[in-house]
Amino acid sequence: MIPTRRSPLAPTRRALLAALAAVGTLTSLTACGGGSDSSDSSSGSSGGTYTFWDPYPQFDASSAWGKLVTSCGTKAGVKLKRTAYDTTDLGNKALLAAQQGNAPDVMLVDNPVVSTLVEAGILNRTSDLGLDTKSIQQNIIGAGTIDNASYGVPIGANTLALYYNKKILSAAGVDPASVKDWNSLTAALKKVKSAGKKGITFSAINTEEGSFQFLPWFWGAGGDLTKLDSAKGVAALSLWKRWVDEGYAPKDVLQNTQTTSWQEFATGDYAFSENGTWQLGNAEKAGFDYGIINIPAQNGGSAPVPTGGEFVTVPVQKDTGRYDVTKKIVTCLTSDANLLPTDTTLQYVAPTAAVQAEQVKQNPKLKPWVSAVAAARGRTSGGLGTKYPTISQPMWTAVQAALSGSKSPQDALDTAQSSAQKG
Amino acid sequence: MTIARVDRPRRAPAAAAGASDADALSLRRRHRRRSRLTALAFVTPLLAYLAAFYVYPLYRNLDLSLRDYTVRSFVAGDAPFSGWDNFQKVLDDPTFGPAMRHTMVFTFVSIAFQYVIGLALAVFFNRHFRLAPTLRALFLIPWLLPLIVSASTWSWMFNSESGVVNYFLHFFGVDPVGWLTSPDWALTSVIVANIWIGIPFNLVILYSGLQNIPAELYEAAALDGASAWQQFRRITFPLLRPVSAITLLLGLVYTLKVFDLIWIMTKGGPGDASSTLATWSYQLGFGTLLPKFGPGAAVGDILILIALVFGLLYIRVQRRQEA
Repeated sequence: MIPTRRSPLAPTRRALLAALAAVGTLTSLTACGGGSDSSDSSSGSSGGTYTFWDPYPQFDASSAWGKLVTSCGTKAGVKLKRTAYDTTDLGNKALLAAQQGNAPDVMLVDNPVVSTLVEAGILNRTSDLGLDTKSIQQNIIGAGTIDNASYGVPIGANTLALYYNKKILSAAGVDPASVKDWNSLTAALKKVKSAGKKGITFSAINTEEGSFQFLPWFWGAGGDLTKLDSAKGVAALSLWKRWVDEGYAPKDVLQNTQTTSWQEFATGDYAFSENGTWQLGNAEKAGFDYGIINIPAQNGGSAPVPTGGEFVTVPVQKDTGRYDVTKKIVTCLTSDANLLPTDTTLQYVAPTAAVQAEQVKQNPKLKPWVSAVAAARGRTSGGLGTKYPTISQPMWTAVQAALSGSKSPQDALDTAQSSAQKG
Repeated sequence: MTIARVDRPRRAPAAAAGASDADALSLRRRHRRRSRLTALAFVTPLLAYLAAFYVYPLYRNLDLSLRDYTVRSFVAGDAPFSGWDNFQKVLDDPTFGPAMRHTMVFTFVSIAFQYVIGLALAVFFNRHFRLAPTLRALFLIPWLLPLIVSASTWSWMFNSESGVVNYFLHFFGVDPVGWLTSPDWALTSVIVANIWIGIPFNLVILYSGLQNIPAELYEAAALDGASAWQQFRRITFPLLRPVSAITLLLGLVYTLKVFDLIWIMTKGGPGDASSTLATWSYQLGFGTLLPKFGPGAAVGDILILIALVFGLLYIRVQRRQEA
């Protein structure tokens, strides 16, 4: 009733305003639609722009990596549009993009994600694209190999070893060369502790990082991922638990990521740190002498370590005509000449023997890492594929339960095994 | 419409009958249609917004929880309908019981402390002493800080090796406590952090509620010789009841869904000692290399359902109060 008491024009003006508002909303809606349309057509037709995703937000367009990506696009005759995501985000982003039909042309993903994406049916086989992977080390490409077909080319590999602080070890009277198995390592930690210093840092956080760090010990005891609750698995978990209980390792390993664990080691108070190749640059800056030994297995020798590092993958496109250019881009990124600077920037070990030799020549300190990578295993290798994530999650939960004292190692791993079997 | 009504008596005596009567009728109809269209045009943006940002996501979530999604069928979009399977799976999961219990403890303990402390501070600041506005503004800081900043700070403070809380306890000869690394303490620690974050919200709303209580009531009570506590019990608290109810309900909904704070501080750990329905839902959907969208969405549905139940309860209580 109220409008009619005003001038007869009022309703019309109001209607006009409302219509304008409605049109405004609609245009903003269509603007969104238009935006996605245009990106669709640029990735759908054989236009000049190709899309590229990677998990290296730390490198911007002016970095060596950013420039390499751009130049590989230019060499293939297209503009390569690079987007960097956080590594934990990339897998889900890729699934969503594939569902919407706008997956990138080339995507770098963390190696255990490859099998998930293959399961989703969104990656091309390297053989279908005609990519040459012969020179790549078998155990490195293994993480991206499902049913004897490989679905990506590793850009580089990293893995874990033990960094040690030379000053602390010599003050405690420990010879790093004497650390050959679990007993001698525990004995060394004990000496360090009685010398008033702290023992070892690692990451037992309840994410994939925690599983990654636990695997060298699990495999070093001869454990099998399909039987988490075997005596061997229990031995590995009991080792970690003993270190935490006796104060050789700090309680906050439960919260430590590999980065915060490294920060603890970098304070100079800790004798050992289980950490990766990628910390080499930081180790140089830490301000104390450090050394590296391979992670010992339970009864001596080097423990098998898990491979880390990313794969260059090619998601399935509706327009198969794009693959020719994509292949050129991938070949460019993974050529020996480009792998050398890339893996130096990323502080990775190259996936081919030729480039590895070159790397060691440039930096002899990489030698233990090259041998560690040679002995490393893919987490999803050995036919595990997408079973690995359903094992890894219960495993890191068991590690947390045992180290925090809420369950015994045996109970924790029994629970883990039964939930891993349920999938 | 008034125009039409005014017109009619003038034309009716003219008795030109049918034609002009029909004219008036159609004019009236046109007016009515136009005003209805106008109303519709006003409502449309809101409806479009609600549909795009509430109804569709809710529908998608329900759809996810009722289908058997694997990564493959998620991409292909052909997941088979599986009825209540996902809910059954979630309810049978050994994580469900603890997660539900933690959610309830987290929510109710947080709200109780937030409300009591918020109310105490609001009454305190209502006394208008000199620094009151400044101090009140300072109390809002937890609200202004991005959650990632406050959560990380709490996480450092609670660190078992180098945290300031353990450092402080050390002066009193107390052994270091594994605030975030012991299953007995992790939930308590995240609750403490959450209480700190929630106090300003309670303070602001309750303070504004206090402003609406007429000062005469207190004067009259003071003349009658009521003590400060009696004034609070007989005047402040009863008159604040409607404001309290909405504060508690909003607090409940906010707290039920708290995810970022717990995720940043403990990721639901150690083990699942501090996992709530919200963190578990995220864990299922995004926390592993192989997402389980179906069960994750089912846990999300359960959370929404709980919030809905409390919302309905609130409406009912409010109706009874009004009646």
